[in-house]
Amino acid sequence: MKKCFLMCTAAFLAATTLLAGCTGGSGSGGSGGSSQAGGSETGNKAAAGGGSVYYLNFKPEADEQWQELAALYTKETGVPVKVITAASGQYEPTLKSEIAKTDAPTLFQVNGPVRLAVWKDYCYDLAGSDILKELTNEDFLLKDGEKVMAVPYVVETYGIIYNKELLKKAGYSQEDIKGFNDFKKVVEDITKRKNELKFSAFTSAGMDKSSDWRFKTHLANLPIYYEYKKDNIDNTKAIKGTYLDNYRQIWDLYINNSTVSPAVISTKTADDATAEFVTGQAVFYQNGTWAYNDITDIGDDNLGMLPIYIGVDGEDKQGLCTGTENYWCVNKNSKPEDIQATLDFMNWCVTSETGVKALCGAENSLPSGASGMGFVIPFKKNLESSNPLVNIANEYVEKGYVPVSWTFSTMPSENWKNGVGSALTAYAADQSDSKWEDVVKAFVEGWKTEAEASKTE
Amino acid sequence: MEKAIKRYFPIFVIPTFAAFIIGFVAPFIMGLWLSFCEFTTVTDAKFVGISNYIKAFADAMFRHAFVYTSLFTIVSLVIVNVIAFAIALALTQKLKGTNIFRTVFFMPNLIGGIVLGYIWQLIFSAILSKYNMALALNEWLGFAGLVILVAWQQIGYMMIIYIAGLQAIPMDVIEAAQIDGANAWQRLFSVTIPMMMPSITICTFLSLTGNFKLFDQNLALTKGEPSHLSEMLALNIYDTFYGRTGWEGVGQAKAVVFFAIVVAIGLLQLRITRSREVQQ
Repeated sequence: MKKCFLMCTAAFLAATTLLAGCTGGSGSGGSGGSSQAGGSETGNKAAAGGGSVYYLNFKPEADEQWQELAALYTKETGVPVKVITAASGQYEPTLKSEIAKTDAPTLFQVNGPVRLAVWKDYCYDLAGSDILKELTNEDFLLKDGEKVMAVPYVVETYGIIYNKELLKKAGYSQEDIKGFNDFKKVVEDITKRKNELKFSAFTSAGMDKSSDWRFKTHLANLPIYYEYKKDNIDNTKAIKGTYLDNYRQIWDLYINNSTVSPAVISTKTADDATAEFVTGQAVFYQNGTWAYNDITDIGDDNLGMLPIYIGVDGEDKQGLCTGTENYWCVNKNSKPEDIQATLDFMNWCVTSETGVKALCGAENSLPSGASGMGFVIPFKKNLESSNPLVNIANEYVEKGYVPVSWTFSTMPSENWKNGVGSALTAYAADQSDSKWEDVVKAFVEGWKTEAEASKTE
Repeated sequence: MEKAIKRYFPIFVIPTFAAFIIGFVAPFIMGLWLSFCEFTTVTDAKFVGISNYIKAFADAMFRHAFVYTSLFTIVSLVIVNVIAFAIALALTQKLKGTNIFRTVFFMPNLIGGIVLGYIWQLIFSAILSKYNMALALNEWLGFAGLVILVAWQQIGYMMIIYIAGLQAIPMDVIEAAQIDGANAWQRLFSVTIPMMMPSITICTFLSLTGNFKLFDQNLALTKGEPSHLSEMLALNIYDTFYGRTGWEGVGQAKAVVFFAIVVAIGLLQLRITRSREVQQ
């Protein structure tokens, strides 16, 4: 009897420790299976100043590097740094639950003014901090009145990435594409000779959740950008949809000249499109500098990038879409010593050799031999990139092309993006005017509804 | 022996009780409070009265989700239970290999909802793409897909409960009916089914509440496409919570309404089937 009792208690103890282990290890995301969050704590000994850093990382592709960077910082300064990475698409749910804990993140990120409205009560005023002195362009800062709420740490660029070799095989080069009409001609010609060429113009425009942001968010940036430009504004509560016909033109081109039938794009994932591009099944692939690591297989010299032309006047001077949606915020509610430790850590990341190399570098940039994150950082110490897509983006700027800014961070809500995405999918399957009316409705009326419903003040 | 167990009762009760408080009672009370608040995280709530409930009821998609969910629940309830009962009947006959069949039918139940959703999505997509269609284009395709998925997953589980129930029926009652001249159908409807009412109560309760609350399968299979039309209540709540800035409280209010609906349906169903149970 006694023995049995002992065993039972032992079992309970084991079970409870296991439970504790589980809750400590992973950030609790929203839904069961999809919410894995990798994390590890480095350095348990308290630092001299007593502060510690907890960074909730947004980019799963850079998790490994952040973990190593955190360990390096701890080794150098003795300040414990914990990095937890939210699973793809689970950042907001993870942040929501993490920040409510006693041991909340001291460093987190928002992706633009709309998200900042949610989190601004948690943001420490960064004015006067060391990291701001390193910034190369003050315009990138997110402010609330005079208060500096968020500082960007990476600048990214997207456009239409293309396979030079295949384009040449089809008998064209970048010189032939100076605007939407040229582009359309090239694309449709490739489609016409698809069987002979054995490749398509576009990779699948997947509307699976892993890929739909390329169209409902990134592609939708262009009509919004031109409308803002025409009306000379940088935000609005009611979009007019002036350039939606152009949006339709380019979307038609994407879906009708791709590797798959437009009706089945809802099932195509980001991996599908990447695989099609890497294996040479298609010439054009809309994505950005961050995708470089996935497409290295086709060779650096073989990569080119085109602006996304949508047929607007004066677009021969249009460049690639450059901007940021990665802003660092420091948690105001952290202990003062933790805030200080976090500010020091941020500054170290963008000024120290190790930090900058890890952020900007390519292969072998970290002591362990791991690749760096390949970022372009908007800070003085930014290194020359070895990411060819970044260099292509720089060339465009040097040649005087005007970069298209990222206006999509002003989109009113997730609901709005999903609404447009669903309408685009439905339109692809049945390309009638009435279906396009639904897209317009989701775009224009949806914007109004969502802007009114969301808390943005 | 019994005394010893009584003495140690806290050891047996406290862990579960604590887990129940931490994992259920506390979040429930907090959730109730939050449904009257505007909040970003659960610790910085600001009381706003019933405005969340007003917004929740004004949402047409919430009402649509309710109808869609109810319909789905009824259809899947009938399909799952009828088939599970039939298989249970078949597998309690003296056939070769009944154990193998029981295992095979039960197995899908061991796979998690998200995984099942993605697996079936692949299967459906492969088939539908032959006809140039996709699950995300029509909410009734999604509906059919969900019913098939849920049937595949739950039939085995319900079958096991029915088998246990069937095996508990005393043979002499059936024999007596046989001697009195009842044919197979009469034996089934007048003897077996009335004797099976406790199992039927459990199974209908499980599939009714379970399917009403279905979330993972819905998320993985259709994600509410097209345009929230194949969205069931739980997914609608989730989307409300995360879809718009400042709507967390509305999602919470919907969750409270949802809870009330599930409890009401569950109690009603228990009452109806209980009243039909017979003493053996």
